[in-house]
Amino acid sequence: MTPADALGIAADIRARRVTAHEVTAHNLERIRARDPSLNCFTGVLTESALRDAESVDAALAAGRAPGPLAGVPFAVKNLFDVAGLTTLAGSKINAGRPPATRDATVVSRLRGAGAVLLGALNMDEYAFGFTTENSHHGPTRNPHDPARVAGGSSGGSAAAVAAGLVPLALGSDTNGSIRVPAALCGVFGLKPTYGRLSRSGAALFGISFDHVGPLTTSVRDLAASYDVMQGSDATDPVCADRPTEACLPRLGEGTDGLRIAVADGHFASRGEPEVFAAVEQAAKALGAERRVTIPENDRARAAATIITASEGASLHMDDLRSRPLDFDPMTRDRFLAGALVPAALYVRAQRFRAWYRERVREIFREVDVLLAPTTPFPAPRIGQDMITVAGEQVPARPMLGLYTQPLSFIGLPVISVPVAGAGPLPLGVQLVAAPWNEAALFRAAALLERAGVAAAHIAS
Amino acid sequence: MSVTPEPSARPSLQASDVARYVDETAPLIGLPIPPECREGVARNLAGLLAAGALLADFPLGDTETAPVFDP
Repeated sequence: MTPADALGIAADIRARRVTAHEVTAHNLERIRARDPSLNCFTGVLTESALRDAESVDAALAAGRAPGPLAGVPFAVKNLFDVAGLTTLAGSKINAGRPPATRDATVVSRLRGAGAVLLGALNMDEYAFGFTTENSHHGPTRNPHDPARVAGGSSGGSAAAVAAGLVPLALGSDTNGSIRVPAALCGVFGLKPTYGRLSRSGAALFGISFDHVGPLTTSVRDLAASYDVMQGSDATDPVCADRPTEACLPRLGEGTDGLRIAVADGHFASRGEPEVFAAVEQAAKALGAERRVTIPENDRARAAATIITASEGASLHMDDLRSRPLDFDPMTRDRFLAGALVPAALYVRAQRFRAWYRERVREIFREVDVLLAPTTPFPAPRIGQDMITVAGEQVPARPMLGLYTQPLSFIGLPVISVPVAGAGPLPLGVQLVAAPWNEAALFRAAALLERAGVAAAHIAS
Repeated sequence: MSVTPEPSARPSLQASDVARYVDETAPLIGLPIPPECREGVARNLAGLLAAGALLADFPLGDTETAPVFDP
């Protein structure tokens, strides 16, 4: 039986068909049974979760409104601050730090809406990777094939949702770290516009590109969780001072009036055939016949790589100097190399970013939603260094970001939808819009879900 | 997330030159490179410098990116 989505659970709890305590206990039991083999969680909050659930039940019994996500179990990538837990950010180094004293803003907003936090989730160290092959905490396994990666860096988040351990998880995305694992695990993932959701209380990585967002099993859950997390935040200088633009009420609008096109060129090459077939399936359902070309995507990736490595190294410079061998071997050499990038290259990369943004802005004057694959191939095996794709041997890990990295580089909002029946392993398609136009993405994603083209794959 | 850049008009970087740059530059900024990391750091830095070479000759016109600082 497919587990209910977050809004389904909240409705059942509000209607008193089940208690929040029962739901939480059920999900905790599922985590106990399934997580030892999947390795999604680095910390489970059994006692506080049951206490929070009881508070939801008490509020309902007293006739108080328990919030739109009342009793919905959720979990967060372990780079989000959770009061009382040490924020690991996938590292061994941070394990020696004191626990956080308050929740990250987005965690606090979900809890304020009635959601119940069950724990913290595995990730690539300091978010520098696409596979969640974490040497300190072990790899997170793909629920659809445990010999394969879950994707990363929000791999614990995607796998926990795909395994039915929680219906909602939070991740972060700098170069593709929500979208890649969402695609490889077969769930929905949203990377909103840069600056839309507060990063306050989230450990940063590439400060120019860091975004936070939800992963879910349905479009409506993606919208509901996004809606409650929106809003300005004085404690985050990057968070935009914009009013909430609710997307949940707009899911039924359909796509009339939206100009939808398929990205060609870079986004239609160097991938496996089933990846492009999935894009065509989505395009057909959306009536998208037009093709558009975004220029200079390889240079966009090059610039994003330089900026990410430089900013990431800068954030960890003290530890790189004093205890480099405590970093994960999967990230260590890349962080050290980032510390040696000449400043002129970094500034040049930022200038290229502005150039590229202008070209993409021109495209979005003519188009509202663009379709592109999320990854060039489905989940590689754990430990796999090289992969043959489109007849060429390439490094598997960096290639996972081929289609995601240029888009986060300029902060565009993107939903990765899981495409039903794309192949034996899940694959995703990115819906991409102009900055601040998440609503268009939600309308298109909801239509794809209603048409049966987009559907989460939940492992039994 | 290194990239494999396209061939550039610039002369390709020699691995030994990048390793020498690492050996000579890292100590100047107080960043001792453990011996077991030296080869990997040089390889990754070579990738980053090659990525930079992709951007070096690209015409950007008068594209302005001064950070906005609100005093």
